[in-house]
Amino acid sequence: MAIEDDVCVIGGGLAGMTSALRAAREGARVRLVSHKKSTLRHASGLVDVLGYTPDGELVAEPFGALAALPAGHPYERVGVDAVRDGLGLFDEVVGDAYYGDHTDANALVPTHGGTVKPTARYPESAAAGLASDPRETLLVGFETLTAFDAPLAADHLDAAGVPAATRGVTVPFPGAFRADSRVTRFAHALDRDEAIETNAGTTGARRALATAVDPHLDGAERVGFPAVLGDDESSDVRAALETRLGVDVFEVPMGPPSLPGLRLERLFTAALDDAGVRRTTGNPVVDFEADGERIQAVYVDRNGQRAPFHADEFVLATGGLVGKGIDSDRDGVIEPIFDCHVPHPDDRYEWFVDEAFGDHPFARFGVDVDAELRPLDADGGIEYANLRAAGGVLGGADFAAEKSGSGISLATGYAAGRAAGEAV
Amino acid sequence: MSDADSTDEFEPVEVFETTDMDLRSGSDDCYKCSTCDTSCPVAEVDDEFPGPKFQGPEQWRLKRKEGHEIDDSITGCSNCMRCDDACPSSVPLSQMHNTARGEYVESQRFGREALAALRQGEPREALEIVRNGTDGLVERVRNRVLANYRTSAWLASKVPWLANRAMNFGPARWLMEATLGVTKEREFPAFADQTFREWWVERGGAHVGNPDKQVAYFHGCYSNFNTPEVAKAMVHVFEEFGYEVLVPPQKCSGTPMFANGMLGDARRHAETNVENLAAAIDGGADIVASCTSCSMALRQEYPELFDLDGIDSVAAHTYEAVEYLRLHEDLEGELAAAEVDASEFAYHAPCHARNQGIDRQAIELFSDLDGATVEDVGDSCSGISGTYGWKEEKYDYSMEIGEEMFEHMESADGETGMTECPTCAMQMEHGTGYEISHPLELLEEALV
Repeated sequence: MAIEDDVCVIGGGLAGMTSALRAAREGARVRLVSHKKSTLRHASGLVDVLGYTPDGELVAEPFGALAALPAGHPYERVGVDAVRDGLGLFDEVVGDAYYGDHTDANALVPTHGGTVKPTARYPESAAAGLASDPRETLLVGFETLTAFDAPLAADHLDAAGVPAATRGVTVPFPGAFRADSRVTRFAHALDRDEAIETNAGTTGARRALATAVDPHLDGAERVGFPAVLGDDESSDVRAALETRLGVDVFEVPMGPPSLPGLRLERLFTAALDDAGVRRTTGNPVVDFEADGERIQAVYVDRNGQRAPFHADEFVLATGGLVGKGIDSDRDGVIEPIFDCHVPHPDDRYEWFVDEAFGDHPFARFGVDVDAELRPLDADGGIEYANLRAAGGVLGGADFAAEKSGSGISLATGYAAGRAAGEAV
Repeated sequence: MSDADSTDEFEPVEVFETTDMDLRSGSDDCYKCSTCDTSCPVAEVDDEFPGPKFQGPEQWRLKRKEGHEIDDSITGCSNCMRCDDACPSSVPLSQMHNTARGEYVESQRFGREALAALRQGEPREALEIVRNGTDGLVERVRNRVLANYRTSAWLASKVPWLANRAMNFGPARWLMEATLGVTKEREFPAFADQTFREWWVERGGAHVGNPDKQVAYFHGCYSNFNTPEVAKAMVHVFEEFGYEVLVPPQKCSGTPMFANGMLGDARRHAETNVENLAAAIDGGADIVASCTSCSMALRQEYPELFDLDGIDSVAAHTYEAVEYLRLHEDLEGELAAAEVDASEFAYHAPCHARNQGIDRQAIELFSDLDGATVEDVGDSCSGISGTYGWKEEKYDYSMEIGEEMFEHMESADGETGMTECPTCAMQMEHGTGYEISHPLELLEEALV
């Protein structure tokens, strides 16, 4: 007697949630097991498919570029239809909260570093900020929010040759906030429109912020803020600022902790609950039980206690080197749960190159899979008949350089979830 | 771990001296993503609280240096342990906080100034020092009283009718707030006329004998003194599944003591608990608890904070009661075949259920039970966090944290609350006026 499900998905990021959702649509009883809070909190909230080819060429239309990817790339394994299907599922989950589904072309979204990211989908809050938009732009940073230096970001964008004249200004966030206030503190102050003490008396936080920015407008037709404009009420916050400033307002995606990422996490979590997916979080999967061909159960660990989760089909979506789905030490590179084969050179001095932003082999480390996304052993045989892998744990793509992380998660998550659900 | 053969080489790991509790690797694992800070319910409402990233890894490094004392703000942490659940790097945040809080309380000059004044024959000055609270004596006494709830409850259980009246007698409560800083806003929980242990003795102990299926019940303080109906439900449900229930001698789990830096008190209680529970494990039993903070303490805080014989075995053999049945019985099948009178519950998952991976358990389990509707009221903290919300200076924060939960409870269909945690239950009742039930009580209704 134990906890039993049809499909068990390990990992609560974009790939895991997509897998679980897709498997549930096959009518399977699905459980999502994850260790910590979803890594979406670390994600910019932008959903890319392919921004650059592996050779570093900018991609205007990703679907046309997929066919040229090398064998072993996750997109090559699942095929272009899975990429479209994965995006389609994403569009259903997020509804009006995201833009970009009207076209196959990449959008160009400015980032907090002042770079321009080619991306397939972007949050509604970033829509007015596209780099292709020629309207004059003011970027606003806050003194205590050091992760976004607005003047520097504006200079970067200018240097990159964006069509819009772009300026940056740093203002104090109105009110007596601590110097080390976190992004959620600002967001919630705007959500609740908290009373703020200013020189002109007490006003709501939204109005106080607009008042602080207004003198710097100077003809700008849109204003970009770091992505702290509200959490639950971000649309209202933006609308209030737009009304007061009389120009469009947008958010610039930020690093962790990321509010657009948090909002996306909430949308997916709600979709999982609606689909009846069972979620178990808080403990890592550390071990498994198998009868040679098939995995019977995985074990989560809590201080030495092992709790089994049984299922017919398993999806491994534990992430890559950062997500800890792939681990390494001086002796080699491993996939720690099932010990799936991770192709890599024996000599660890061949795992990297000397240039910091060079073409590092380690960036492509991960498990190799067949067209069904089943991990392959060192001889090219299938590791386990009922195990599939999705997302960052897959090798063969340098997603950070290609700007393909979200797309790979959606496409392979979709394909793995569908296959697992159908196999039940 | 260096490749160098020579022992004279500079060894970076030797920069920091190690102590009994070497948490350096925890500091090293932190990559400053701040996810913990954005998960902290106290930092959310208390602008003066720097948050777990500072309290844990950053403070740990700071206090390596001479002249850096542990910051007063450590007492603002409510020990909800959400930061543990948030950290992508598995930094042992709550262990760092508990350790720092223990050191802080240890090093405080509580009462010393007043005592010194007394010794110098200056009773007036001593009184002045105490009255001004400058040396933290009052706060310490208050925290100690709150943390040692078991002692007060034990006393009260001898005369429950008197305690129930006296504890909520308005003038007395005003005095408690004025002198000790225990908020007068809250109702003290009622003490049962008969404790669970008295009932257990009266019924003659276990009604099922089964050497192959034994569980030792860690009932904790609250279900013994205040809500014996929860403890009885646990016994009835487990006996229904053919388990022999043992009720070993036990003290407080230590949860309120960790939260107040009273590690000495906690350790004394832990010694009794570990000794008796380890003996039960040696006899073939597993440990089950009906309070998520108790199971949390036994599973995580004990091995993190104390080095006692058998402590790892206790941690590895402790389960939350419903979780134990899910893992070892066909609980789902039994519930699918059962039904209860139509009832709707607004369920709140305690923070301490999260790190044990059981925050969705009740919702999942009762989804197929005919008659019962159990609705999740969101993933916010209830705000009371054991003793935190009982402190006069924290009461408003406590209610502000709980606001989201109250709102969700009000908008849920059910007019009855449900949770596994006794103090969450107090807060739920305090904020909405709902009666609060425990999942074991619904299991009892369905299966016994």
